[in-house]
Amino acid sequence: VTKRELVPHTNLFEFSAKEIAAKTKPGQFVILRVDEGGERIPLTVADADVEKGTIMVVCHEVGKTTKKLGKLEGGDCILDLLGPLGKPAEIEKFGTVLCVGGGVMVAPLHFQAKAFREAGNKVIGVIGARTENQLIFEKEMREVCDELYVATDDGTKGYKGLDFLKELLKEGKIDRVIAMGPIVTLKTISELTRLHGIPTIVTLIPIMVDAMGMCGACRVTVGGKTMFACVDGPDFDGHQVDFEELMARLKMFTPQEKLAFVFHEEGRTSL
Amino acid sequence: MSKPKPKIKKEVVPMRKQDPKERSHNFNEVAQGYTEEQTMAEAERCLQCVKAPCIQGCPVEVDISTFINLIRERKFDEAIRKIKEKNSLPAICGRVCPQEEQCQANCTMGKVGDPVSVGRLERFLADWERERGYENPQEAASTGRRVAIVGAGPAGLTAAADLAKLGHEAVIFEALHKPGGVLIYGIPEFRLPKDIVEAEAEYVGKLGVAIKMNAMIGKLYTIGELLGQFDAVFIGTGAGLPRFMRIPGENLCGIYSANEFLIRVNLMKAYAFPRSDTPIYVGEKVAVIGGGNVAMDSARSALRLGAKEVKIVYRRSRKEMPARAEEIENAEEEGIVFDFLTNPRRFIGNERGWVKAMECIRMRLGEPDVSGRRRPIPIEGSEFMMDVDTVIIAIGRTPNPIIQRTTEGLEVTKWGTIVADDNGKTSIDGVYAGGDIVTGEATVISAMGAGKKAAKAIHEYLMRKVKAKKAT
Repeated sequence: VTKRELVPHTNLFEFSAKEIAAKTKPGQFVILRVDEGGERIPLTVADADVEKGTIMVVCHEVGKTTKKLGKLEGGDCILDLLGPLGKPAEIEKFGTVLCVGGGVMVAPLHFQAKAFREAGNKVIGVIGARTENQLIFEKEMREVCDELYVATDDGTKGYKGLDFLKELLKEGKIDRVIAMGPIVTLKTISELTRLHGIPTIVTLIPIMVDAMGMCGACRVTVGGKTMFACVDGPDFDGHQVDFEELMARLKMFTPQEKLAFVFHEEGRTSL
Repeated sequence: MSKPKPKIKKEVVPMRKQDPKERSHNFNEVAQGYTEEQTMAEAERCLQCVKAPCIQGCPVEVDISTFINLIRERKFDEAIRKIKEKNSLPAICGRVCPQEEQCQANCTMGKVGDPVSVGRLERFLADWERERGYENPQEAASTGRRVAIVGAGPAGLTAAADLAKLGHEAVIFEALHKPGGVLIYGIPEFRLPKDIVEAEAEYVGKLGVAIKMNAMIGKLYTIGELLGQFDAVFIGTGAGLPRFMRIPGENLCGIYSANEFLIRVNLMKAYAFPRSDTPIYVGEKVAVIGGGNVAMDSARSALRLGAKEVKIVYRRSRKEMPARAEEIENAEEEGIVFDFLTNPRRFIGNERGWVKAMECIRMRLGEPDVSGRRRPIPIEGSEFMMDVDTVIIAIGRTPNPIIQRTTEGLEVTKWGTIVADDNGKTSIDGVYAGGDIVTGEATVISAMGAGKKAAKAIHEYLMRKVKAKKAT
């Protein structure tokens, strides 16, 4: 692995994984396990370099596993890496594609934006973060987008919030919207685009265990039907997703996750 | 004058078990196995009948009467070697095979008393050998042929072991991070300790089999790509997809598929949380839907994770339950409550999206259906509410679909299983399949039997190919 800190507590990792790199397409994800006893966590791939034989992921430290990942140094190895998983994003010539991403998901968004541009689309990028010093991949996105807008929740950089999108969507020149980021953001964007009838694809990363269709932890309701994000997704029609259910399901293990994190920080292993 | 033969005991030698009160709080193995003396006593009960009908009952044709006779002579090393001629996973089979429906169902002793406990004898020998360290198997002379095996479950491990014994290079591709398939993710520690699965998988490795983890065929390589690198392919991907009820409220928090629940507990060792990283939540009132071994395993795991009350909710009656009698008995001893002739209709959630109750309906039994069991019919008007905070749905598993979706020309049934003949031959030349991926959800040993048959057929196929090549 090689590691680069992008902003505090958010790292970019490049894993040597020749076979996986050769098969990974934008929109797909990998499952990794840092060490024995570790969790399996899904991370959306931010880039794949076939020649170097590497895949790139960006990860923000939020809990025990991501914290352990953040402690890795260049040259270290992780125990398990499985992929590519999930269906690749549908990349075609749609016309003008608006790619909206928030937080760490801007990194994998860039992988898709690049592919849309190569497929002959006009790509408009919108990237956001909570605050200015959390914003990542601005340079990379600028390289692959025809236009780029920046927004932060607190207005420290670019637009404050996503309200400005309303104007952009109203102009009516957008054929497709790709949204990646926190569920709340995906919900907001889907509600905005619904008003204009613009097809909107959202990337969903619910809780997963095996990520190969076996456990059903990642089930989401889309258009009244139960889907497994790991094998039927991770991309879904944003206008059909039951976001409320997904938000509740994402919180299912919050108390345990907090406990694990505190124990990890304090170096404790039992109550 | 020879001394008169002692009368053969009609009753099976009982096996030591952990006390129910104690074991319902730990994940240690419940069944403790026979001691050497108990093994000798049980082996004495074998009539050594000439026809040995027990062997016909074994899907992998272990020479049961011979190995029992070797036990009687205290030749344990020869006895285990005899088993391993046919079965590379004896410690596993001795624990989880439904012997009462197979070898033991045919036992002549069974006509006058209890059948000989073949499974417990097999387990004793396998454990005896493992504790002393495995004998290094002889490596067969290489044929230069290579076979890719997809899935390191019972079918794949067996096929790979048999092919390696015949001198072929076998490489297993396993999608999970540990080998064993359902043995590692599905069956709990208290019924099948994971170090045993790891040891037996390691033994298969000693036969010369390479196991490549984290390699998901269909994603990393297609079957077509494997055929480019190997002379034949065996698919043993199993039935690992959870079946849900498809009733309202099923996606509420606190409702798991049995697969999710058991994968968390077994593969990810959530029972050791927070020492291990994967969490699990078990509330106070747990309902497990279903009546098979997976339902028993889920219920007993929930109990061990601290649930106050665990109910098995099953739509038919006790008689129709597909779980092994031994496991139902174990569950009962531990205090699992059975609610027969009951089926959930919908789940009711609280304001945070967590399940809080389950609306159920009572059932009665009608005429037998295709499975031969009496069909459950809802009694209208009998609806009632059951308070629950955790629900585990254990109503069956369906075939893993990824290979079928990504392999052109592979014939598949409408149930999603792969079409294969008795020897595992599929619609693609050089591609074989066996186990749950062909039959739908069945037993560990039947998958092993299928792996064995397919290995034989693959061997013949490869040898034919060699001959054809020489002829040209």
